[in-house]
Amino acid sequence: MIPINWILFLSLSLFSIGIFGVLARRNLLFVLISLELMLNAVVILFVAASRYHEASVANSDGQIMYLLVLTLAASEIAVGLSLVIHMYRQHHHLDIDKLNKLRD
Amino acid sequence: MLDTIFIITAAVILISALLTITAHNVVHALLYLVITMLGVSLVFFLLGSSFAAALQIIVYAGAIMVLFIFVTMMLHQGEKSLAQERHLFHFSTSITAFILCSILFCELAYLILLTPVETLSSLSQAQYSPAITVKQIGIQLYGPYSLLVVISALMLLSALITAIHISKSAASIKIKPEDNNL
Repeated sequence: MIPINWILFLSLSLFSIGIFGVLARRNLLFVLISLELMLNAVVILFVAASRYHEASVANSDGQIMYLLVLTLAASEIAVGLSLVIHMYRQHHHLDIDKLNKLRD
Repeated sequence: MLDTIFIITAAVILISALLTITAHNVVHALLYLVITMLGVSLVFFLLGSSFAAALQIIVYAGAIMVLFIFVTMMLHQGEKSLAQERHLFHFSTSITAFILCSILFCELAYLILLTPVETLSSLSQAQYSPAITVKQIGIQLYGPYSLLVVISALMLLSALITAIHISKSAASIKIKPEDNNL
């Protein structure tokens, strides 16, 4: 069996890479891609938690949470990509720093 | 044997995730993202949950990636958007974000190292349950978790309506001047 430390390290390094992408990139498409990476890091933890459960109570709660996160990611990407298309039609670029019309 | 495969998979996942984040071309980033998703599904296989691995390949590497690629095909302008992206992202501007993320990573790694070794080893070497079958998941989903199914169906429906509405209003903005001319 794989030691649980390694899975925790994999998950948290993937999460850190994703959060670096969200903070550093200014293209809206890349921000959405980084959000996908962060969701994947969380999902690894859920599936591992359902696997390392005690033998007496074999429960599938982690995988059911995986299904919920999958649905969430699909709907988030649908709404996010339609916002990307909308932004590109109005501004002709995807720089999120230029989205400051609400300030003036 | 299992450990070696896991280490190789984890290395592939982390390298391709880094390449995804630092790529300038959106198409290259999406291809690296597909590799990341396939690696994550291999980790699910190694953890014994083959249903989650199959769903990961079908939904993430299939459906979501097709959405991304279609949007990129609509918006990508070749060398012009590459030049824009090089202007938007380079390492000198993202040094603060890198420092913050490495601080977060160090804290989390320290917390994992801080946990007692006995707890982790007992978790890793426990008599782990036999692999969860699809039948068990289905019984759970339509038994105690039936409210969750309804809520996720409502979420998908609302996302569908939102996506249609946003795309439609963007289209009507373009059409409006034509209406005035007519």
